[in-house]
Amino acid sequence: MNIIGYRKIYYSISAVVIIASLFAVGLWGLKLGIDFTGGSSWQVRAENMDVTVVTKVFNDNGITNVIMEQGVGNERTLRFQEVTEEKHQQLATQLKQEYPDFVEEQFSVIGPAISGELRGKAIFAIIFVLFGISLYIALVFRQVSRPLPSWVYGVITLFTLFHDVVVPAGLFAFLGYFKGVEIDSNFVVAMLVVMGFSVHDTIVVFDRVRENLKRVTGKISFEELVNKSMLETFARSVNTSLTTVLVLVAMLIFGEPNLGYFIMTLLVGILTGTYSSIFIASPVLVDIALYKERRG
Amino acid sequence: MQKKNIFILFVIFVLALGATFYDYPQGWDKGADYLTEKIRQAPFAWAKQITIPHFLNKPYVLGLDVAGGAHLVYKADVSQVPFGDQASTMDGLKNVIERRVNIFGVSEPRVETQKVGDSWRLVVELAGVKDVGAAIRAIGTTPYLEFREEGVQPILLDESRVVEIKDTQGFKATNLTGKYLSRASLDFDQTTFQPTVQLQFNSDGAKLFEEITARNVGKRVAIAIDGAIISAPVVNEKIIGGQAVISGNFGLDEAKALVSNLNAGALPVPIDLIAQQTVGASLGESALARSVKAGFIGLAVIFIFMILYYRTLGFFASVALLIYTVLVLAMFKTIPVTLTLAGIAGFVLSIGMAVDANILIFERIKEERRKGKGRTQAIEEGFSRAWTSIRDSNVSTIITSLVLYTFTTSIVQGFALTLLIGVLVSMFTAITVTRTMLRIFLKA
Repeated sequence: MNIIGYRKIYYSISAVVIIASLFAVGLWGLKLGIDFTGGSSWQVRAENMDVTVVTKVFNDNGITNVIMEQGVGNERTLRFQEVTEEKHQQLATQLKQEYPDFVEEQFSVIGPAISGELRGKAIFAIIFVLFGISLYIALVFRQVSRPLPSWVYGVITLFTLFHDVVVPAGLFAFLGYFKGVEIDSNFVVAMLVVMGFSVHDTIVVFDRVRENLKRVTGKISFEELVNKSMLETFARSVNTSLTTVLVLVAMLIFGEPNLGYFIMTLLVGILTGTYSSIFIASPVLVDIALYKERRG
Repeated sequence: MQKKNIFILFVIFVLALGATFYDYPQGWDKGADYLTEKIRQAPFAWAKQITIPHFLNKPYVLGLDVAGGAHLVYKADVSQVPFGDQASTMDGLKNVIERRVNIFGVSEPRVETQKVGDSWRLVVELAGVKDVGAAIRAIGTTPYLEFREEGVQPILLDESRVVEIKDTQGFKATNLTGKYLSRASLDFDQTTFQPTVQLQFNSDGAKLFEEITARNVGKRVAIAIDGAIISAPVVNEKIIGGQAVISGNFGLDEAKALVSNLNAGALPVPIDLIAQQTVGASLGESALARSVKAGFIGLAVIFIFMILYYRTLGFFASVALLIYTVLVLAMFKTIPVTLTLAGIAGFVLSIGMAVDANILIFERIKEERRKGKGRTQAIEEGFSRAWTSIRDSNVSTIITSLVLYTFTTSIVQGFALTLLIGVLVSMFTAITVTRTMLRIFLKA
């Protein structure tokens, strides 16, 4: 099998997906949830809840902007501005008058101080993970120098990481715009796990390239050597992702629906990560080597 | 060599079996009860005495979103407290809030003070609390500090009758309350070096205190916060000028606690609820059940995949994965790790990633076999050659989980910790456990 030979096709697929994702993020942005903006989120349950009735109850209490989202069965999630506990109790009492079977399942309020802090922490965590991973890559590939310097491996690993993070981000920009899906702390966590996974996958392929560079001597071009390394690790790359994907799918189908978007982010990110480690990372490595060769 | 391997495997299996019962003591207990009953039916006198003990039952620590309950974050306004007294006053406030939430019958209430930048916060976690609204109301009121004197408390029944009812604690209220106390501080007796507590009243408070001490010489005056007596020193003489010293046989910690409590009642520290998360118990329960179910299904699917794809090797990897699962759960109980929904998801995810090392090794073994090596040699080579890949690829996950643990808040930390433990344990089970089993059972 010659994966490297068909690399133009894979580049095109990735280019289209990345551009679409960047476009989605640039055009619509990510819809930030109450974790980052402050506000209230209220998961409730009652039969035949009607958006106009609920909105009226909220309006009567001076809350103009309330969004009602459909959950599983009779579950609804209401999102609105930050309210005091008294107001919350008042709303609960009034909704109970409208709907006798009204049950509160979950209620969160996040004030501006906390949301600002969570935003800061999320950005901090992303920076530190990127920093830690970059350092680690530099360390792992420090001994490789022929035919490409070690930092090239590092840069490509970071590029695939970017590739793998942009795709789920684009998806959530899309979901945010069309379905009102908001991103929360869990989304950031999922992104960080995807980063770890992406690097993990790419390193395994590059690790084999490194090993073959040391071991295989004789008349084999760099291109052939990379292709050979990829084929050797192909089953491994697919299988490890497959086990993780199987578990994630089980969680998506049978697990807690409140974690659905969290699992979905992981799933999309990990699938993208597997794709990019096989079809993008190594072909780019070859192209850079060829470019260098041509320039002499 | 082989004897040593068998011994290692034996130890691992005993450990795994112990961990299984530790994770799920109900399984052991059922068997123990059944056996006890059977033995007692035996026709020997001594058999009647035998009871097979139940297994150690340490509960899992369940997070708020699983157990149901409330997570409340308060901002404490310490602007009216002198800078040096802030930490101590917050401690006092914490004690007050702890006492208040204890009334709500919550199993393990957690109250913590946090300093974020220049501001102080109070974080209250009430797992399984039923009436969150009532708890929030109780927590939100400013602590009420009062001085009481010995006697019976008159209770106003209606406008015409005043009935005196003996207070259970034997003290009745005075007019002197926390607002007359300027501050309390810790000091040491000049001669005995015993810790003492200094009270400083304001001018109105000094007058009231003088009156109270004047009529109570030789008797006790109690200090109560929210109606609970925290100290009841004896008055030695009438105290003029609003400076009092409580000395006695208390240790340093006790004196410190008293100062904190007094300051919490004296200095106004209004608290303001800035974030809350409340989860109904039924939601948490069903979420837990669903997550556990999803975990079992995920595990089963991996078993099927591994056995179908890698056959015998896959079977051993599945056994190792099972050992992985019981060991990790045992660690969750022991450390203990607070299991949140995201944390459980992290654990289930780690099951998927735990076989990663096995897949790396097995692919290597296949390669070595293709090169014409014998089975035993291929297995050994597979393990040693796969090691660098396993190490390198796991380090990135370790970095991620360490960063997540350090830079985030509790719910995310649960996820990071479960992921980290998962990666570390998986390196042991996937490598040591699988290798030992293969060495014993696949010896050519």
